[in-house]
Amino acid sequence: MDIQRKVKYEHELDPGFLAKIKRLSHCEEIDRCIQCGTCSSSCPMSVYMDHPPRQIIGFIKNGYREEALSSFTVWLCSSCYTCQVRCPAKIKITDVMYALKREAIENKIYPHRFSIPLLDKEMTKLIARDGRNSEMRLILRLYLKSFKPFNLLKMTPLGLKLMKTGRMSLKRNRIKGRKQLRALVKAIKENGK
Amino acid sequence: MKDYAYFPGCSLKENSKHYEESILPVFKAIGHPLEELEDWNCCGATAYFSVDNDMAAAVCGRNLSLAEKQGKDILAPCAGCYLTLKKSNLFLQSGAPEAKKILGDLKRSGCEYQGRSVVKHPLEVLVREIGLDVIRKKVVRKLTGLKVACYYGCQVVRPYTDFDDPDHPTSLDALMEALGAEPVDYSAKTRCCGGLLTGTIENVGLRLNHLLLKEAKRKGADVIVTVCPLCLFNLELFQDKIIKTYKEDVRIPILFFSQLMGLALGLSRDDLGFSRSTIPLDAFWAKIRNGGQNV
Repeated sequence: MDIQRKVKYEHELDPGFLAKIKRLSHCEEIDRCIQCGTCSSSCPMSVYMDHPPRQIIGFIKNGYREEALSSFTVWLCSSCYTCQVRCPAKIKITDVMYALKREAIENKIYPHRFSIPLLDKEMTKLIARDGRNSEMRLILRLYLKSFKPFNLLKMTPLGLKLMKTGRMSLKRNRIKGRKQLRALVKAIKENGK
Repeated sequence: MKDYAYFPGCSLKENSKHYEESILPVFKAIGHPLEELEDWNCCGATAYFSVDNDMAAAVCGRNLSLAEKQGKDILAPCAGCYLTLKKSNLFLQSGAPEAKKILGDLKRSGCEYQGRSVVKHPLEVLVREIGLDVIRKKVVRKLTGLKVACYYGCQVVRPYTDFDDPDHPTSLDALMEALGAEPVDYSAKTRCCGGLLTGTIENVGLRLNHLLLKEAKRKGADVIVTVCPLCLFNLELFQDKIIKTYKEDVRIPILFFSQLMGLALGLSRDDLGFSRSTIPLDAFWAKIRNGGQNV
């Protein structure tokens, strides 16, 4: 058995990580965490997580940048906000998860071809271009980019049910004000720099 | 009551057409016909918050600005749209420097927003504004004896808790009671369906939905009613897979609350999108016909 050190020494941590996350939207209160674990025990996804929410907050507070950003936890968070409404320290935990997702995407720290960040990115691309989402197109793009197309076949029974009940369409949805939307996207991009 | 602009979002135009097909006639029947917000754009759902926070607020800002110009508030039946628009609205109204920056960008691109729009969910408007007394008087076909599991899901009651309790909401139960139906004690009413996880990490999504179906069956419900298109999608369209995976008969119809409301208000069942259910409704109709008695 290969036994390795499980705890990082102080010089291996990122001392500026807490300050960085605190500056992000809705993350201001994060250092009020008392590590009570209400979030982890409330979370319906905890049983699937490598590090439950309490640990993620602990990582951030103590400069464990890599651990926080590479954890599966942020991607399993389905934004049910249960932890957030229950947190006695009033930390907006779901919003902290969003902030970590953005950090992870920006720094390209997530599993290769992992479907959740891909879905998020593809959907925002569609919206920025067309102003609307087109469900079937989004799903097709996602399968092409993340899974083997073979997996799409497994979804056929579901697709047929939707088709039979008139709940699926291949048409591309677009808004009329696309020019305005493009101007908005450009303005936000320029301002963000 | 203030005029509302109806915000369908992508789901009510595609996989959840029967939500639109029932919510519009219901509001018409109670004397508040809804008009669709002209040229609305997608709210961005959870995706934009995960990718670009400024754009998340900006795409919602365009919708809020469209409604404000018409002097209307926004009515969003989809739980995701409701939360996303509301969250972005509160942020844009907050006066924070980042919010002011985005308001400036909205103005420069012809979507000036002054922060006057309000975002509401139909459940909130029906129960808290129009009121159950008014609705009760309009009921012509009581849903007597129909046992209903009221499923609120997450985003209609959390994190904003202004019209109901985040853990033990009761507005939908009270509404169903006003229609003559019998809400069961559904302890999973605010447990998460996993959202998009059925599509991304299927085994996790299936497990979460299995728990929801199982609890409704255990409480003897005839139907689960939802207020959210994604909840309905998961509970309904993954039911076959769940039954196969867990080898347990958790078959139960999943309907939108507005479909039951339409029935109670005396609207024709052919006009409420019932034919879009992929789950057989025979037992459900038998119960409706027989005033809750099993045939």
